[in-house]
Amino acid sequence: MMNRHFFRFDFFRLLALLGLFAAAAAHAQLRIEISGVGANQIPIAIAAFADEGVAPQQASAIIKADLARSGYFKIIDTGVAISETTPVKYSDWKSRGANALVVGSVQRLADGRFDVRYKLLDTLAGSQLSGLAMAVQPQFTRLAAHKIADDIYEKLLGARGAFATRVAYVTKAGSEFRLEVADADGEGVHVALRSNEPIISPAWSPDGTKVAYVSFENKKPVVYVQDLVSRQRIVVANYKGSNSAPAWSPDGSRLAIALARDGLTQVYLVNAEGGGLRRLTNTNAIDTEPQFSADGQSIYFTSDRSGGPQIYRMPADGGEARRVTFQGGYNISPRISPDGRTLAYISRREGRFQLYAMDLANGQELRLSDTAKDESPSFSPNGKYIMYATETGRRGSLEVASVDGRTKYRLSTQAGDIREPSWGPFMK
Amino acid sequence: MQKLSASAFILCSALALAACSSTSLNDKAPIEDLSGKTTQGADGSRTVGTVDTQSTDPLKDAKGALAQRSFYFDFDSYVLKAEAQPVIEAHAKYLSANKGRKVIIQGNTDERGGREYNLALGQKRAEAVRKSLSLLGVSDAQMEAVSFGKEKPKAQGSDEASWSENRRADLAYQ
Repeated sequence: MMNRHFFRFDFFRLLALLGLFAAAAAHAQLRIEISGVGANQIPIAIAAFADEGVAPQQASAIIKADLARSGYFKIIDTGVAISETTPVKYSDWKSRGANALVVGSVQRLADGRFDVRYKLLDTLAGSQLSGLAMAVQPQFTRLAAHKIADDIYEKLLGARGAFATRVAYVTKAGSEFRLEVADADGEGVHVALRSNEPIISPAWSPDGTKVAYVSFENKKPVVYVQDLVSRQRIVVANYKGSNSAPAWSPDGSRLAIALARDGLTQVYLVNAEGGGLRRLTNTNAIDTEPQFSADGQSIYFTSDRSGGPQIYRMPADGGEARRVTFQGGYNISPRISPDGRTLAYISRREGRFQLYAMDLANGQELRLSDTAKDESPSFSPNGKYIMYATETGRRGSLEVASVDGRTKYRLSTQAGDIREPSWGPFMK
Repeated sequence: MQKLSASAFILCSALALAACSSTSLNDKAPIEDLSGKTTQGADGSRTVGTVDTQSTDPLKDAKGALAQRSFYFDFDSYVLKAEAQPVIEAHAKYLSANKGRKVIIQGNTDERGGREYNLALGQKRAEAVRKSLSLLGVSDAQMEAVSFGKEKPKAQGSDEASWSENRRADLAYQ
């Protein structure tokens, strides 16, 4: 009874707060559908955080959604709110099938911030595995929840979580194109650029403060770098002909780009502030879509020098290129995993354009999608997932597949197309 | 009597003007237009002949060769078709005669495949047109070949008719 009243009170308070934030959330129309779940999921009980209704977002709900989406967890509802200071009887949770229990609380501080606290408990060992306390501005309660989900993921799976990262993508509704930035779960949408001409190929700077992209606002493709905070943007490449396919060097100082200033499209290097142009490929074929390897030593790119498009690798300062893909006559859009071991790309097989991942050590391929119009893959910074664009019912949507092929989920918008995803880096 | 000589005068001057304009024009289309009007027969007195001062831009002639500004390509092809040659020649002639004019050649592809690779393929189509114009003496400073890839489709459908409409390079005079 007490609990129900408490819940209702908080629910209405939450509604009022949601109203306040409605304007900011007006673009948050991304919907998530999970279509596959991995095997060997870790059963984890996640309690509602004590008093979490005081904050604009419900921390425990965000944590649950993050972990459920990952495919590696089976969420057990606790039914009650449990604070991190409440004594826990481990055996009760063990008998309910939970290997781990998440408890916490949210408190409003005098300065208007929220104190978000949490503990991760190992119910099998009967001990605390981890805990965090964060005092955050109201607009960052969502981020605090994602960071808690990251911590849980890391402690239980041994790999860094990527829930607190962001994604950039392009939407098209009517004649309007937008470059948007959202949390990795599609919430908290911000519009970085609005245009009546196409925007393609967004790419995050390694420090996560800037996005490079190609905009057609000047009636031709031109490469820009935009500072997300200051909104300042610079033209990095506006040479004669088409300018496209920006990719950052790992140190953020340079961009590999594709230019058609000498006729056919070729790969060049340019300083991140523009200038210092250097040509890297010199063929009478198309060379495009350059991507640095994580160590900065190599550049992978698409070339049709052998006839159809295939993926090649060359030293980052140019030089001899070696062919990487051999299966199928059309392999494009190379992306390298952060550990340098996996190549994601789009391959056309029997008329279907599908996402593949190749183990670079042995050349073994794995098809990761069931859709037919896949494009623009992008690795999560922990290398566990690949986000890519596809089409469902003539509408662009984004899908995420785990690199092991076991789990998948989709992000879609109510109105218009969504395409060209770029998964942002880990932030400090 | 006065009336008759006046209409005779008008007819004469109309013919004179027609003759005048036919000698001064180097484009064929307007001459055909005029001859059509002068063979009005009995009611020839009501004929109005057009004088072309040559100040109108032939680019604006909706019936002239320069009105054709799109070049279509076969699937997976980046070679201009033979039927494009006279149109390319007309534009080359115009651009050579009008050094102040600039043209952007915009290549396009159908929707199939990746955005960046299609951008490069569209560039290849624009480049094919640029090269042909260049071979006919058009200065590089007057031309820029760019690509829209599959980003600005003219036909929105997902069928062969739409795809072939979108495998195209357009001339856009500046």
